[in-house]
Amino acid sequence: MLSRTAESLFWMARYIERAEATARLVEMGRRMAMLPGAYGQEEWSSVVAAAGAGAAFDPGERIGEAEVCLSLILDEDNPSSIRACLDRARNNARAVRTALTAEMWEGLNDGWRWLGGVEAATIQQDLPATLDRIRSLSALFRGAAQTTMLRGERYDFLSVGAFLERADMTLRLLDVKYFVLLPETGLVLDSRDRYRWISLLQATSAVRAYHYVYRGDFSPSRIAHFMILNRDFPCSLAFCYSGLRAALNRLADRYGERHDCHATVEKAVRQLQDREMDDIFDEGLHGFLLEALRLNAQLSGELSRAYHF
Amino acid sequence: MRLSIRHETVYRYDPPPSQLTLRVRLFAVDNAMQRVEAWSVRVNGAEIAPMLTNSFGDREALWRAPEATGQVEVAVEGRVETEDRAGMLGRWPPHRPAVFLRYSPLTGPDSGIAGFAQTVAEASDGLLPMLHNLNEAVADAVEYRPGATDSSVTAAEALERGAGVCQDHAHLFAAACRFLEIPARYVVGYLHDPDTPLGDTHAWAEAWVRGLGWVGFDPTHRQSPTDAYVRLGSGLDAFDAAPIRGHIHGESSESLAADVAVGMEQ
Amino acid sequence: MFDEMTGEGAGIRAPYSEIAAWIEASGLDTLRRHTAEAEDVFRRIGITFAVYGEGGDPERLIPFDLIPRVFAADEWRRLERGIRQRALALNAFLQDIYHRGEILRAGIIPERLVYRNAAFEPAMVGVNPPGRIYSHVVGIDIVRTGEREFQVLEDNCRTPSGVSYMLENRECMMRTCPELFRGGNIEPVDVYPEELRRTLEEVAPPACDGDPVVALLTPGPFNSAYYEHSFLADLMGIELVEPQDLFVDEGLCWMRTTQGPQRVDVLYRRIDDAFIDPLSFRPDSLLGVPGLFDAYRAGGVTLCSAPGTGIADDKEVYVYVPEMIRFYLGQEPILQNVPTWRCSDDEERAWVLDRLDELVVKEVHGSGGYGMLIGPHSSAAERSEFAEKIRRDPEGFIAQPTLELSSSPSLSETGVAGRHVDFRPYCLIGRTIRLVPGGLTRVALREGSLVVNSSQGGGVKDTWVLAD
Repeated sequence: MLSRTAESLFWMARYIERAEATARLVEMGRRMAMLPGAYGQEEWSSVVAAAGAGAAFDPGERIGEAEVCLSLILDEDNPSSIRACLDRARNNARAVRTALTAEMWEGLNDGWRWLGGVEAATIQQDLPATLDRIRSLSALFRGAAQTTMLRGERYDFLSVGAFLERADMTLRLLDVKYFVLLPETGLVLDSRDRYRWISLLQATSAVRAYHYVYRGDFSPSRIAHFMILNRDFPCSLAFCYSGLRAALNRLADRYGERHDCHATVEKAVRQLQDREMDDIFDEGLHGFLLEALRLNAQLSGELSRAYHF
Repeated sequence: MRLSIRHETVYRYDPPPSQLTLRVRLFAVDNAMQRVEAWSVRVNGAEIAPMLTNSFGDREALWRAPEATGQVEVAVEGRVETEDRAGMLGRWPPHRPAVFLRYSPLTGPDSGIAGFAQTVAEASDGLLPMLHNLNEAVADAVEYRPGATDSSVTAAEALERGAGVCQDHAHLFAAACRFLEIPARYVVGYLHDPDTPLGDTHAWAEAWVRGLGWVGFDPTHRQSPTDAYVRLGSGLDAFDAAPIRGHIHGESSESLAADVAVGMEQ
Repeated sequence: MFDEMTGEGAGIRAPYSEIAAWIEASGLDTLRRHTAEAEDVFRRIGITFAVYGEGGDPERLIPFDLIPRVFAADEWRRLERGIRQRALALNAFLQDIYHRGEILRAGIIPERLVYRNAAFEPAMVGVNPPGRIYSHVVGIDIVRTGEREFQVLEDNCRTPSGVSYMLENRECMMRTCPELFRGGNIEPVDVYPEELRRTLEEVAPPACDGDPVVALLTPGPFNSAYYEHSFLADLMGIELVEPQDLFVDEGLCWMRTTQGPQRVDVLYRRIDDAFIDPLSFRPDSLLGVPGLFDAYRAGGVTLCSAPGTGIADDKEVYVYVPEMIRFYLGQEPILQNVPTWRCSDDEERAWVLDRLDELVVKEVHGSGGYGMLIGPHSSAAERSEFAEKIRRDPEGFIAQPTLELSSSPSLSETGVAGRHVDFRPYCLIGRTIRLVPGGLTRVALREGSLVVNSSQGGGVKDTWVLAD
């Protein structure tokens, strides 16, 4: 397969996941800002920081819901905005148009056209509906890929991109919590803090799943465990890494060749298996998150070297 | 005469481009006026070999940087036995000379060139005398002044400015010839000039004379090439005949330094 | 005026008997319903490739006319001989002018018309393409003016487009009106992609030592013909590459794949000469593969078509194609040229300027039906504007008589009515010459219009060649 095709599939999947992740970040900011005792400005600043969009705001500029939504959803000049992500996802899709099924292309193209017509006023009127639509857009695309795409190397590159980006998203969501909650030593939560942790679950559409697994006992340790170490939750780091490993192993079998990225992901999966959440908290959650984000970036680089893109 | 040539060109790129390809036409070949005794072209120390002979009889090599490279040195070294044949090269290469009736972006005619060429033609009797007159007329019309023009200046512009370098002379000569329906080409080479060493490649022109073949004219020195000249290659104009062309991927700033030394040997 | 179905008006011509009966039996409503179905099919097939959402007609469908254009077996045999003859002569011309230039020395074609032509590529002089083939796909635009009168309007030697419509039109007809194909009387065209791939494999370069790897080189998704590029690459089972996917090393061409560099032997390039290689052609081109032209000349990769092929379909050179056929093949041309006056010639220009109201004037370097004056349909103001253009740039224009193109029954607002058509067959030249029985029929859907270009209200039809 052409490297460009692999690269486009990889990045298309990443940008679609990233668009969704940004929608989830905004959703989380919205929920946190509504909590009793919220300052608004602080919560939204943390969302901006986690989205990596700090550069889109001037120092001292007011950062409230309206500004953040505009910047993170519609601003073409902000490279982390959902619109910019969908633009890039679609450009990548266009470049490999024949590598996609009609359903995948139409799902993405329709979504892109819809967002193209969304204006600031629409968002102000009904932010939740807009965010829902963005999330369903990526769900639709994933579903189309799952049910219509041949399980060949193309699908593998698509999976690799999706899992890598989703792992990134989870880490960034957890990081928002870090930005808001300082210090993070205490395991006893005040009510506002408790709600912030819960909003994390809400942003990942995981409240019910969490209840199912942990029987409603909200504790930072368990929530973090759910999002990092739980192997069944599709947004958890452990889940994403094992998905990544599976896709990379399929590629290795196909091509008969293993690369640095295979060793790296193997090691990462093993390390997560051996970790306990309390150890992570003891060593510092923030440090752990930073290290995991660095590993993701390393993997991305190793991938492009291994497959020449 | 036995001439030794050392020609170095250094390109520097910042930042080093991820991909860099050079097309190199720096291979002197045997012809009626020169016999190449030794010749080597090295890029960053490694010798490169030509992969084809092009339409104009010149050899071309391609060099691709194996990795991102900030500096490329192209070094030519050679020894050539030359003979003074009054600039007569004969029919070389064997392709049809009429192809060189073609204008090029740097040698397109305008009313200035038309007038200039017609004046010379009307004052001359016979093709060969006319070409010698044209050689003188070009030198008269465009005063040799280093730095007066750059490589993008056309023959028409050089004539209008009245000043230029060897490239402009050769362009104007070729443009006038083509206007008069005489096939003409632009030639790049080396010149042994112990009094005023050029430090760079030299350029002159060749015109097609039925019965004689290609005959060289060097307006800058108001003569035809002698045994002090080594012919490297030719084309429709300076851009077409460029001994080195490079292409980089991405945006890098480029700087260039060249040095040429032509010496006489025993 | 000649009508494909009724000839000069003396009843239904034999090849159309079935079509005429079908039109009669179906009735307008059914035909319209079929057309709607056909468009639906088109949208479904086409939608796979449509890039909508960027303004204009979102699905960019060229109007499809349901009623096929039909050639009888014997008509096709004659056309086929004429097309092959022309394709051979054009390639012989290219080989000649890039080598000894015999036809120029013989004084048949003026030297300056060739050597000073922008489409002539001096760097191709002395180069020998594999099999001495320059143009591997020749699309010849043919119009009909009478029962036996076929005339060539122009040749397309570089990268003639539109063959995807030939394939899709047929596919669409077979889905919507299968009853028409039951007799097995219509020659199939779906072998075209395979024939094209074979043709390309046959011109593998000297450096190729195994099964040739063929790829289609496209400028990318923003090119207007990208849809056709991806369509053909898919049907041929070859990679669709963009310049950035390729590089040249060790005199060979490679594509970047997930498993490392892979050799490419033959490039069916749908990209203009100027953008092939920034080291040899336009240096400012962001497209292009540095060194590709060197690799080609050194026999490391084959480019189809060869650089410099455009000189053969130059509108001024066109005038001399009948002479080429006589000169290179020693034959009389089977297909005639349309009489053409070159405005670069003082006498011919004067003649043209006197008769602008009768003639069609075309830009030498124009295409797509733009930059054209159709005399009888023009206003005095348009004519004087054109006269001025011609005087300013005489070499830029040619003129031809306004031809009464044949009409073919088509579905219009008011019913079945004759609309003017032309025809473009696609001739493949490898070690052998291949011609799929069919081609693209374009139809001017506006009543009385002579412009068949899709950009100017033209549509397409399925084209049948009947079996014996």
